[in-house]
Order: sequence, then structure tokens, then C-alpha cells
Amino acid sequence: MECLDRKVIRDLLHMRGQALAIALVIAGGAATYIMSASTLDTLRATRDAYYSEYRFADVFAQLTRAPASLRGRIEEIPGVRQVETRVLASARLDIAGFPEPASGQIVSLPAAGPLLNRLFLRSGRLPDPLRDNEVVAGEPFAEAHNFAVGDRLAAVIHGRRRELTIVGIALSPEFILQAQPGSMVPDFKTFGILWMSQEALEAACNMEGAFNSLALTLTRDAVLQDVVGRLDALLAPYGGRGAHGRAEQMSHRFLSDEFRGLQQMATIFPVIFYGVAAFLLNVVVTRLVASQREQAAVLKAFGYTTFDIVVHYLKLIVVVVLMGVAGGMALGTWMGRAMSGLYMEYYRFPFLIYLVEPGVFATAALVGTLAAVLGAVYSVFKGARLAPAVAMQPPSPPKYRRSVLEGFPGARRLSQSARMIVRNIERRPLKALFTVVGTAMACAILVLGGFFYDAFDHMVETQFKLAQSDDVAVTFVEPTPRRAVYSLTSLPGIEYVEPFRTVPVRLRHHHRSQRTAIQGLVENGRLRRLLNSDLAPVELPASGIVLTDYLASTLGAAPGDMITVDVLEGRRQTVEAPLAATVKEYVGVSAYMRIGALNALMREGPAISGAFLQTDRDLNGLVYSELRRMPRVASAAVRENVLQSIYDTMARQTLTFAFFNTLLAGCIAFGVVYNSARIAFLERNRELASLRVLGLTRGEVSFIMLGELAILTLASIPLGFVIGRWLGALMVAGFQSDLYRIPLVIAPDTYAMATIVVLASALFSGFIIMHKVRHLDMVATLKMKE
Amino acid sequence: MEPGRGAGAHAVFTARGVRKVYDMGEVQVEALRGVDLDLYSGELVVLLGPSGSGKSTLLNILGGLDSATSGHVSYMGRDLAAATDRQLTAYRRDFVGFVFQFYNLIPSLTARENVEVVTEIARDPMKPQDALNLVGLGDRMDHFPSQLSGGQQQRVAIARAIAKRPAVLLCDEPTGALDSTTGIVVLEALVRVNRELGATTAVITHNADIASIAHRVIHLRNGHICGIDKNTEVKDPRDLRW
Repeated sequence: MECLDRKVIRDLLHMRGQALAIALVIAGGAATYIMSASTLDTLRATRDAYYSEYRFADVFAQLTRAPASLRGRIEEIPGVRQVETRVLASARLDIAGFPEPASGQIVSLPAAGPLLNRLFLRSGRLPDPLRDNEVVAGEPFAEAHNFAVGDRLAAVIHGRRRELTIVGIALSPEFILQAQPGSMVPDFKTFGILWMSQEALEAACNMEGAFNSLALTLTRDAVLQDVVGRLDALLAPYGGRGAHGRAEQMSHRFLSDEFRGLQQMATIFPVIFYGVAAFLLNVVVTRLVASQREQAAVLKAFGYTTFDIVVHYLKLIVVVVLMGVAGGMALGTWMGRAMSGLYMEYYRFPFLIYLVEPGVFATAALVGTLAAVLGAVYSVFKGARLAPAVAMQPPSPPKYRRSVLEGFPGARRLSQSARMIVRNIERRPLKALFTVVGTAMACAILVLGGFFYDAFDHMVETQFKLAQSDDVAVTFVEPTPRRAVYSLTSLPGIEYVEPFRTVPVRLRHHHRSQRTAIQGLVENGRLRRLLNSDLAPVELPASGIVLTDYLASTLGAAPGDMITVDVLEGRRQTVEAPLAATVKEYVGVSAYMRIGALNALMREGPAISGAFLQTDRDLNGLVYSELRRMPRVASAAVRENVLQSIYDTMARQTLTFAFFNTLLAGCIAFGVVYNSARIAFLERNRELASLRVLGLTRGEVSFIMLGELAILTLASIPLGFVIGRWLGALMVAGFQSDLYRIPLVIAPDTYAMATIVVLASALFSGFIIMHKVRHLDMVATLKMKE
Repeated sequence: MEPGRGAGAHAVFTARGVRKVYDMGEVQVEALRGVDLDLYSGELVVLLGPSGSGKSTLLNILGGLDSATSGHVSYMGRDLAAATDRQLTAYRRDFVGFVFQFYNLIPSLTARENVEVVTEIARDPMKPQDALNLVGLGDRMDHFPSQLSGGQQQRVAIARAIAKRPAVLLCDEPTGALDSTTGIVVLEALVRVNRELGATTAVITHNADIASIAHRVIHLRNGHICGIDKNTEVKDPRDLRW
């Protein structure tokens, strides 16, 4: 049927504006799907290849100190395949030309090179086991400071300062994300990973013949829980802090959370776009089939079957879909590459297996086609099924009736034009509803796009402006007598000091448990405040434990319940503490106590783990260099840097995303509004021309057209808000994790922006329609055969 | 012997007691109220009557475009009244050519392509250019409908109808939308096709002058056949004036 195929092409060219608008919406659906799915596939494949090639461990454990001989007994645990014991040390780093405090984690490397968590050397070599001043630096940290092989830096390890030479730059599957523990986003300038020879690090930490960290792989049939349980029992006497699987390994967890988010994006957005496209096709094809009923009739008169005609129109739909999908493929692949590239800045892989599975393309095309065909097939079939003789007569006049609205008192005062508008909407309620829902979807996508930004902004504001108002947070190498506060206070530039104590624990309530840390805070603290669910500051109760609301619900505990606390440091006692209250926190799963109560619980004197500092901004340089000189200071986090890195990350990620999002939502809004208006015009141009002949002005005629458009658009906006908020809630539920919870916060700006984009699309469509009304050729229109 | 005139010509169509009621929403319209008719092989008949007399309805039923509400219609022994949609489609595809008052060309296809639409699905079609030459449009084949005059469009429609070498050619007011000069050119094309292809041809008109080109004239009024005239002398369309 070559001729009919030519007709398909020419019909499409004729309705190119509408076809393009629909193809754009489909492209949006295909693109978001391909982008999310390909990024997900890429990251997954890359991660899996990296993990297996570089032997990422299955179980990790940290302890205070155990003799190397314990390793044999660990290897005997059923299910354990390979064990690697090692030394981990935190260090304060001194970098020439970088005055701010930086810290690092130093990992030991066995003389023969690591069995597990192997390094990918980007440049240089591994440290010489016989030398104690050679390190390999993690790539992002090296990049942030422009380090090259041969450069030097100083590290304070266990209170002793050492000059180190970088002999290699590397990546590790253990640190795909290299963030400071407890931080929301990585700051590569102030936190780095270094690898040192085992012998050298053991010596530096007084750990000769001992280890304080281990990683192991499991056999295929091993049960994680069993191995972890046995390992914990084995390590308990040595200060074991609880072994855990990959699920609790930080880098792995960040990645898994990211995957979850992508997975959700790969579902929600394409569903919206395809749904809208299906609706648009329904509207446009219904109109097309109606306007071509005679053509279909002629074809049938000459012996084409109903099926032939259906196939003919479906071809047209499929061409539009494939055009959209093809565009979506190109756009989605490009966006996927951009996204993967963006991820590569945070998630460090030695290589990127950029992957777009053919299945992803096929799914995009198939689902798109299916949605479109479903949207249109009823109209097509209805049009094609008409007996040819019936199809050649003009359709009987559409049935109108008095509208429901007109039953209301005062409705008589409605002008004729207003009545026409109301009756027209009421006559095709489903179509009006679809138009409203379609436009609302565009509005909802815009709200959703803004929501990410608002929520993140709110999280950061809450965490770093309301809850934390210190300038610098200092952590000591080990628990330190409280009098260290005085030596800090006496430093120039430090205005106020507030000590804290951090104790690693496992909290249990019934059968649920969670590894975390209890933070002991001073009462009436100024620099670290706890917030209730209304984000108002609350005072720490004199006794008992306070949990983050998310942690409390994870444990299934309510205020008044007793929580079992397994202390994972020092004497490792197990105690019971009542849950006094819960507090609102978006990041982490912290627990809090008054510092005195925590000291008492630990059966220790007034020890502190670190201190929050308020500094005189002008003297910060001095403060940093003073801190650098204090051997007890393991790390110092500058809040401004943390904030800066968070905003940088957010800006790059969300602005890229928001740009795509607004673009695509604009396409939808325009696609829906323009198509609805265009078709309303086509359907009613004869009526409008008659009105013009009867003497109505162009303005009055435009009012009838645009009034309907305006009512539907205005109705769609609040609905869009509701749907957008609902989608936001869906996202919030999907993104909940121990690491962070996104609050359902949508700023008025976001609603305003969504409204503006939708109104702008409607106005643009309105102008096109007004232009058409202005150029309506009354005589030609009335002479035209319907 | 001229077709359709001799007693030996056999009936191609037989209609007995054909009724057709249209359901126009809230109104019922009885378009045919019991029609009996025979059409013979190769003859050219004109169905004459005022608007609303049931001409088009009868033609649509004969052409398998529509089915009768009651009564019996057969084409060469095939029962059209009882035929399924699929059978009617096959019947139209294989035997019938239509010409409509408003041409009903597909605007997005050229003259040649409009003919090809039919030849592509026909069993033994002529070449599209031959069909267009037959109606004198050999030099307009690549024009779109919008680039052709009304008469030219109607001749494309005739070419489209005859390209499959139909056994039956049904024309609904083929000159209704044309001025007399153009109308005559179209009628000439029809007569030529009837003569050269031997297709049984039925032409609807409400213009009595046209009746003189037919072998037989069937008069309809209010859904009944009110008379059948046999033309003793068949006029050449060129001799018509209206």
C-alpha cells in the first residue's frame, strides 16, 4: 500500500505542528527513561566490573586492636573465603599552600600488595614496603590539590608529624565515594584517602604485629548474618565495633541510594510523559479521523477493509511515536552521558562502561508505541468502522444541552458567549478533563523539579544554619580530658568553645538494631542544637537518650521505651537507657545525650571527643595554623567549606536536572495546550465564522475560544500543584535512607515558577489561536464542506 | 447489438422489495419504501429524481456501501442484503467503481496516486496512466487535487473508478458540482468508459437533460420507482445543453 504510505507522510507534513508537539512529549518520555536507565545500567555495570576485578570485600569490621595471629581464626569461620587484616588511621593533613585544616584516612597496604580492595593505579607505583615515608593518594583528593607523583605533604598520625611523598595516585573500590564520615557530600579538598605500607603504618600507630580493621570475602554459599555474628563474637574481646556487610559500607551505600533514585526517575517521569502523549494522540487522532471520514469512506468504497484503514492511521501514529522515540534516544543518550559524567565526578571509577542496553531503547520504543496506540486506537477504530455511505454524509450536529451550571440562580445573566464556553466544556467533559489533567501534569513536573531544589535547600538550611552553627568542628585523636577546652579557648581567634563526646554504639530495641554513635552535647549548647518536628530548638533532657525520629521509627521505639545500648569502645558495656524524646534530622541516624550523662554511662571522667568552635572570622588563618600545631587534633571541619561543597554539588546536579526538567515540562504544557486549542479551533471555525458573519467582533469571537482555554488552564494549575506534591511525597518515600531523608518542602517560588511556565505556554497558544481567528476567511470557511 | 438493449442481456442486479430506514438520532427517515429493479449487463442507466427521492440510497445499496433494512438485493447471484461487512468489502474491491458528486479525492495524493490507491488492491487493473489517458488527463498525472479544476478532479475520480476494470460503475451526481461545459466533458468520459469497458453504469442525477444519454431512465420519487423509460435514441453528451 505504497500510496497510502505516501498519504501518511503527507498528512504528517500537513499537521506537522501538532505532530511535532506530540513527538516532543514522547521524546521527553523516551529521553528521561533512556537517561535514567542508561545511567543506571552504566553505573551498575561499571560498579560490578570494578568490584569483581578489584576484589571488593563482602564484609568489613573495625576494632581497637587485635594480634595478627587472630587472622587464622577468622579464616576458619565457615563461609569466609579470603581475609585481609590491616591498619586504618585517621590523620590530619598539612598541605603547603592550603591553610585550612584537612584530614585523611590512611589505609595500610600489605607488602605483597592488597588481596582485597585492590588499588587501580592511575599513575606512579605502590609504596616501597621498606620505606616509611611513601604514600599513594586517592585521585579526587590529588586532583583537588593538583598533586602529582613526587609531591609532598605532611600528616600528623597519632600525634606525630611525618613528611610524606606521593609515589602514586590511585582509586579503590572501597572508596568510590570518598566522603568524610558523617558528611552529606564529599569535599575532596579537605578529606582524602592515603595508602601506606603496612609496616610503616603499623609503626606510626604503635600497631606492630596487630591490626584494627579487616575486610573479607565470602564463599558463594555463605550467609552474611552468620559470618557477621561469628566475627563479632571473635572480635568482641579486641574492641570490635561490629562487623557489617556491603550494605552498611559507606561508599557502597551512597551508590545504592543513588541507584534507587535513578530507578525511580526511570519510572515516574516516563510514565507521565507517555501518559500525556497518549492523551494528545487521542485528541489529535480523533480530530484527524473525524476530518478524514470521507477519505476513509472512499477507501472503503473502493474495497479497503476496516482493518486496512485502522492500520493506515496507526502507521501515522507509529511514525509520530518513532520520531519522538528517535529524538528521545538521541537526547536520552546524550543526557545519559552527561549524567554519567556528572556522577563520575563524585563516584570514582577507574573506567566507565558506558552502556545503553538495546533493551532500553526497545522498551522506550515499545512502551511509547503502546501508550500512543492505546490512546488512539479507539478513535481510529470508531472512524474506520463506519459504513462507507454513512461516512460520506456530514456528521449529524453534535448534541448540546443546557449546562448544569445554567441551572444555578444568576446563570441567566451569563452572556451568550459565556454560555457557549460552558456548554462546550460540558458537552465533552472527558476531553476537558484530559486537557486539564494533561496540563496539570506539566505543572506537576515543574513542581517536582523545583521540589528537589527546595527540599535540598531546606535540608542544608536546617542542618547547617539552625542545628549547627559552629565555624569549626575539631575532633581529637582519642577521648581527651575536658580541660582541653581551656587550651582551645585560650587560642587567639577562638571566641567560644563547646565540647562534645562521641561514642560508637549499637542500639537495640526488641529485635531491631542499628549501629550509630551517641553524641554527648553540653546543656544549653549554642553551637549544636536539636530541633523538634516543628524545627524549634529543644533542650536535651537531663537523663535518657534522644534519637533522630527516623532512627526511632527504624527501631520501632517511642518515647518512654527502654533502648539497649551496646557500647562499642572502651569497656564495651551494655546498658539500658530510656528514650526521652525524638528530634528531627534529615541527615544520618544520630543519637544524643547530655555529655555528663554519656560520661556517666561510659563510667568515665569528663572526657570529650572534640569541640565545636566559634571563631573570629578575620583570625581564621591564625586559628587554622594553631590547630595544626596541636598534636591531639585529628581533624578540623570548617563549616563554610562543607556548605560550599554542598552548594557546589547541588548547583551542578540540580541545575542540570532542572534545566532538562523545565525544558521537557514546557514541551508538555505547550503540547497539551496548543493541541487542545488548535483542535478546538479546527472543530469550530465554521461556527466562529458564522458568528463573525452575524456581526460579532474578532474580540468577541476570540473570547469564546480563549475563554475555554483560559478556564481549562486555570483549572489545571491547582491540580498540578496537588499532583506535583503527591509525586514529591512518592519521591520522598523512595529516597528515605539512613544517610538522608528528603523533606517534603515545596517553596512558593516553585509553585510560582510552575504557574508562570504553564501560563506562558497557554498564552503562546492563545496568541496563535488569536492570529488564526484574525485571519479567519469567513466566506471560504462557510463554503467549505464539513 | 448495443448493450442493455436486447432481450438477451441478462440482469446483473436484482432488487426486490428493498426498504431502507435511517435512524437519525431522534428522527427516523424512510429513504426507500419497497423498490423492485433489474439492471442489465453493460447498460447505462440514469436514476432521475428530486432530492430526497432515494436515488443515492439505492445506489449505495447496489454498490455495497450500505445495506438494506429489508428486502432482497443480489449481484450476479450474490446476496448483497445478507452479506457481511467482509463480503461487501470484497465485492466492492473486485467489482464496483464509484464516482461521487464531490469527487472525494484524497487531497494529499496526486492524480496518479489517487488512481494507484485503487489499482494497488485490484485483481487485474489497468495502468494508472492508461486510466488517466482514457479521461483525457494524461498530462496532469502529477498534480494534486488542489491544483486541478473541478472537472479535472471529477475526471480523476472517474479514472480512479474505472482503473480496476469494474463490472459496475456507480456515479452519484457526477456533474452536480460542475458547470455545463465541464459536466459534458465528464459525461463524455463516462459514456466512453461504458462503451469501451462494457461496465454496467448507473448515473444519478436530478438533471433531466442528462437522461438522454442513457439506455434506460429510472424515475424515483419518495422512495419508490415511479417509472422506467427506455430511450429509443441515445444522445451523445456533446449534443446536450443545460
